[in-house]
Amino acid sequence: MSNPDINGAYCPVPLPHNDQIVLGHGSGGKMAADLISKIFLPAFDNPALRAGDDGAVLDVPGGQIAVSVDSHVVSPLFFPGSDIGHLAVCGTVNDVAMMGARPLYLTAGFILEEGLTLDTLIRIVSSMKAAANEAGVQIVCGDTKVVQRGKGDGLYITTTGLGIIPPGISISGTLAKPGDAVILSGPIGDHGISVLAARGELGFETDIQSDSAPLNHLVAAMMSVSPNIHVLRDPTRGGVATTLNEIAAQSQVGIILNESDIQVRPAVAAVCEMLGFDPLYIANEGKLLAIIAKEDASKVISIMKETKYGEEARIIGEVTTNPRNRVLLKTEIGSTRVVDVLMGEMLPRIC
Amino acid sequence: MKYVTEFRDAHLVKGVIEEIKRTVTRSWVLMEICGGQTHSIVRHGLDQLLPTEIELVHGPGCPVCVTPLEQIDRAHAIASMPNVIFTSYGDMLRVPGSGMDLFSIRASGGDVRVVYSPLDAVRIAKENPTKQVVFFAIGFETTAPANVMAVIHAKMLGLQNFSILVSHVRVPPAIRIILGSSSNRVQGFLLAGHVCAVMGYHEYPALAEGFHVPMAITGFEPLDLANGILKIVRLLETGRTTEIDNSYSRAVTFEGNLPAQKIINQVFMECDRGWRGIGVIPASGWCLRPEYNNFNAEIRFDVTEIQPRESELCIAGQIMQGRKKPHDCIAFGKQCSPEHPLGATMVSSEGACAAYYKYDR
Repeated sequence: MSNPDINGAYCPVPLPHNDQIVLGHGSGGKMAADLISKIFLPAFDNPALRAGDDGAVLDVPGGQIAVSVDSHVVSPLFFPGSDIGHLAVCGTVNDVAMMGARPLYLTAGFILEEGLTLDTLIRIVSSMKAAANEAGVQIVCGDTKVVQRGKGDGLYITTTGLGIIPPGISISGTLAKPGDAVILSGPIGDHGISVLAARGELGFETDIQSDSAPLNHLVAAMMSVSPNIHVLRDPTRGGVATTLNEIAAQSQVGIILNESDIQVRPAVAAVCEMLGFDPLYIANEGKLLAIIAKEDASKVISIMKETKYGEEARIIGEVTTNPRNRVLLKTEIGSTRVVDVLMGEMLPRIC
Repeated sequence: MKYVTEFRDAHLVKGVIEEIKRTVTRSWVLMEICGGQTHSIVRHGLDQLLPTEIELVHGPGCPVCVTPLEQIDRAHAIASMPNVIFTSYGDMLRVPGSGMDLFSIRASGGDVRVVYSPLDAVRIAKENPTKQVVFFAIGFETTAPANVMAVIHAKMLGLQNFSILVSHVRVPPAIRIILGSSSNRVQGFLLAGHVCAVMGYHEYPALAEGFHVPMAITGFEPLDLANGILKIVRLLETGRTTEIDNSYSRAVTFEGNLPAQKIINQVFMECDRGWRGIGVIPASGWCLRPEYNNFNAEIRFDVTEIQPRESELCIAGQIMQGRKKPHDCIAFGKQCSPEHPLGATMVSSEGACAAYYKYDR
C-alpha cells in the first residue's frame, strides 16, 4: 500500500454469518428469511409451512382454521403508546386476522427473569387483558418459566393465536394479481421509532407513540364489503419494504409504489433523516397492507376510514406483471428506484 | 420538514434539470466526492433524470469504505478484549476485517455498542468506571469536531478509562490524488457540503487552479445536487475551469466553522493515512497529538503491531477513484452483495456499490 495511485483494490473475504446467530438474524429481513429457508423449512417441510405466510391455514372438519405464533422480546418493556404485553396480544391477533380469520383464542407463554417485580408483571398482564378485550379474544392457556437473573431481559412473552376462517375466504401472500390495488392503512414507522426513542441510547426524545393495535375489527369491516381481498399483511419488522417484497416473491408479481402516497408523520420522518433510516424499513404494529381487486378499492377504503385504525387508509401503489418479484418506488422527483428487502440489522449511518 | 421537503420539490428539481439540458453541449464526467451524496443521488434517482452527456462517478467519500484494514483489525482486537466496551458509529459494525466483523465479536460475547454521538461514549465511560471504553473515531472532516469534543470532554472529566481509535481522513488530499492520476477521467467535482461547512473552502481554489477542474460545493437533497451539477456544467461549458461555486451557501462559508477548526487543531495533527482500496495518501489524515496519548487506544491497548495485508478480490479502489462503476465489477450483485460484501463499497450504506445494489442500477 505504498503507492496510493495504483489500480486494483484490497478487499477482504465476505462474512456470511453462517456459523453463529447474530442480531441481524432476528431483524425480519433477508437474514431471517435465510434461516427459515435453509434451516427450518427443510427440517419441518409441509404444505402449510411452505405457503410462507405469517400464519398457517389448516383444514379441519367443517372448515379451516388459522394458527399463528409470535415471540416478543422488546426492550424496554414499556414504551410510549404500548408495552410488551399489549404487543404480544396485538401481534398475534393481527397475524391471525391477516389470514382472513376471525381470531378467537390465544395462548401465552411467559419466560420471566429472576428479580422481575410483580408490579411490572401485573401491569403487563392487565395490558394484555385490555388488548384481548378490545380484540374480543380469550387467553385460554399459558405457561410460565423463570430463568436466572441476567439470563433474560425482564420477561419474554410468546403467544399463539387461533382463529376461524369464514367459508369461501382465501387470503394469502401468494394471491396478489396484476392490476390489484395496494392499500396501506395509515402512516408508517411509529412503532419502531417509539421503541428506539424509549431506549434512550440515541440521545433524542420524541412524543411518537407506538401504533400497536388489534386490527381484527378493521379486517372484518373490510371483508364485509369486499370478497376480493387477495392479500393482507401487517408490516412489522422489516417494514413495508420487506413485507411487500415477500408478497411480490410469493405471488411472482411486481409492485409499484408512489412515494408521495406513503404517509410518514413529520416526527418519524425527522428521526429517520437524522439517523439515516428509511421509514419503509421501520416496524409497525398497528398497520396493514391490503392487496385487493382494483374495482373494490374505493369501497374498502371508505369502510376502513370509518374504523379507528384505518382512518388514514389510502392506495399507495399497484400490482404489476413486471418486474416480477420486485418492488419499485416512483420517487417524489419523478424517477423510479427499486425497494429491496432489509438485509440485516438496521444501523444508524455515520453522517 | 423544514430544510428538507423544500429541497425535494419535484417541480423545482425538474426546472434545474431542464436548465442543465439547455446548457450542456458535450459530455462531461463529474465526481461527487461524498458518500452521502452518492446515496442521495441513487435513492432519489437523480441520475436517471440527467441528460446522457452528464456522467456521474462516485468518489472515495464514504468514511466507512475507506477506513483501512489495519485500523479495522485493530478495532476488532480491542473489541474482543475482556473488560472493554467498544463503541462505534452504526455502519462500522458491518465492515469485515481480516477475519471477523463487530457483529460476530458481539455475538461471541464482546461488548460492542452503537452510539450516535461520540459524547455518548464518554457518558458510557463515566457510568462504567471499571471498564475501558473505546470509541472508533472514523470519518472525514465532518465528524472530526464531535470526535475531538469527546476527547476534550473526557479530559475535562478526568476520565482514565476512555480512549479513541482514530482513523480520520481528509477530502482535499484525496482529490489531489484523483486529479493527479494519469488515468483520471474527472472533469468537475461536487464538493461535500458538510465537510465544507466545517472546514470552509479555502483549500480548494489551489486544486481547481492547479488541475483546471471546476468545483461546486453541494448539499445533499435532490435540488441541491441538481443545482451543484448545473453550476459545474455552466463553469465547464464557459471554460471557467479554475472556479469554485458555493452552491450550498445556506450552510457553507469560505472560512468555515472556526471554533470547530480550532478544537480539531487542538487535539489532532496531520498524518499519513491508509485509504482502503487506494493506499497510503501522504498527509491525508488526522491523528491524536502526542499530548493526548492518554486517549490514544492504539497506544493504550498496544495494537500497532497489527499490520494485515488485504487480498485482491474486488475493484472497490478503482470505483472510489472514479475509474470504474459498480457494474464494471464481475462480482457485482453476484458473489458480492450487501449481505455478502466483497468490498468496502458494498458494505456501507454510503458506499457506491451498496447504493447501486439497493436501488438496482
